Amino acid sequence: MNWLYDFSYLTRSIHESLAETFEPTTVTIIEMALAGVCFMILFALLGLVLVYAERKVSAFFQQRLGPMRVGKWGTAQTLADVIKLLMKEPLMNKNADRFLFNLAPYIIMIASFMAMASLPFAKGLQALDFDIGLLYISAVSSLGVIGILLAGWSSDNKYSLIGAMRSGAQIISYELSVGLSLLTIVVLTGSLQLSTIVESQANGWWIFKGHIPAVIAFVIFLIASTAETNRGPFDLAEAESELTAGFHTEYSGLKFAFFFLAEFANMFILAASGATVLLGGWMPFHIGGWEGFNGVMDYIPPIFWFFGKVSFLIFLMMWFRWTFPRLRIDQLLTLEWKYLLPVSLMNIVLMAFLSLMGWHF
Amino acid sequence: MKSIINYFKEIFTGLRSLLQGMKVTGHYITHPKEIITQQYPENRDTLKMFERFRGEVVLLHNENNEHKCTGCSACEVACPNGTIEIIPKRVEVEGHKVKAIDQFVYHLQMCTMCGLCIPACPTDAIVMANTFEHAVFDRSKLTKILNKPGSKIMDGIK
Repeated sequence: MNWLYDFSYLTRSIHESLAETFEPTTVTIIEMALAGVCFMILFALLGLVLVYAERKVSAFFQQRLGPMRVGKWGTAQTLADVIKLLMKEPLMNKNADRFLFNLAPYIIMIASFMAMASLPFAKGLQALDFDIGLLYISAVSSLGVIGILLAGWSSDNKYSLIGAMRSGAQIISYELSVGLSLLTIVVLTGSLQLSTIVESQANGWWIFKGHIPAVIAFVIFLIASTAETNRGPFDLAEAESELTAGFHTEYSGLKFAFFFLAEFANMFILAASGATVLLGGWMPFHIGGWEGFNGVMDYIPPIFWFFGKVSFLIFLMMWFRWTFPRLRIDQLLTLEWKYLLPVSLMNIVLMAFLSLMGWHF
Repeated sequence: MKSIINYFKEIFTGLRSLLQGMKVTGHYITHPKEIITQQYPENRDTLKMFERFRGEVVLLHNENNEHKCTGCSACEVACPNGTIEIIPKRVEVEGHKVKAIDQFVYHLQMCTMCGLCIPACPTDAIVMANTFEHAVFDRSKLTKILNKPGSKIMDGIK
């Protein structure tokens, strides 16, 4: 069971057993392929689990039961939906831009795939660990908007185009707040490397160690990340009641499934980066000085800590989505440029002052 | 200065109202017993329809196969879409010719369950039942004759 606590043994043993039989170049290629397969499996599992969770959670928030017929408590409902989507005919508008129309879902998928690569899932379980990890995640996760814009542009549909333009305006705005709220914590860690950020929280998570500015950063991060995933009260890009389905109105079958999957994957990525930076990533809950308590917490494997924190954040996002009404586009921009951005700028100054005086733990 | 105070006030009142909304939905998710959804075909045996549910018009009969309908046609007049048809007949009671019903015809397929016929009835002969499984394979089965064969009017109802 030792590998569950430190995955570096497992990865090293795989690497060594491969190195015995193959040359170094082949080993690298095989390892990259293995990591890719692992991420694909994770993607598929995330899609299945999160869609089911979303439907159930939304149902319970609205005093409904949600899917109940396929399987016990409707657990096989997403599988049935996947089969249905696979069998659907991929339709396309007559005047649609064929190349871009087909390209758009893949760009969205690739963007979330790339962001997934540098997430630290557990101790030693990270595909890419480089010194600008946080910058890389925030840069790559906003690439998805190109896919959305392409989808809206190439669909030859006015609703798609309006949805895509809204999504562009929204992501360009809220990217700032996500970045600044994460930067607030980087002031304390002094590093953008995700493994270092996680290691720095061994004696307490930053949300506790960073006092009020960290809590403000957490709230801003939650709001802005909900907006960046085009979900919840910020789903103007789809806005069923005004734009039918926004940028993916014209998509059907497997391509629609890709958009759907990418939305949930983006939610996972943002929740994971938030959990890594603010809630300690895979680091167990530690209180400085309480050795016995810390020992008990260490007994729970890091991967469960990571997924527990991520699912907590995802649950919060779902809670937002099924509670708040959708914002208008001008309200959306007002919220970002008049409230979130000034507050996060003030917050980062406050955090810098705090860190300068050494008032954090 | 005042505008700065207002700015922060707005933020905090906004956050507070958001938390209030989350409290409401949070109550729903932590109280699964309050779920309204009925698992209909499975719970058919235990399902109890609400008292006020309007399913169909019935003519009440007592154990002696007597009803209170005088055949006054007030319900027929009150009905907005011709659902009820009263076919009257003349019966002889104590030497007088009195109007009574021959057939109380009720077209369920036309009924909108508005319930206007119920208060229109001067003798409270008809009520709305809360039955709801009305699906049939033959349209003619939806035209019902509400007075049971051989029934007659209750004593003392005029």
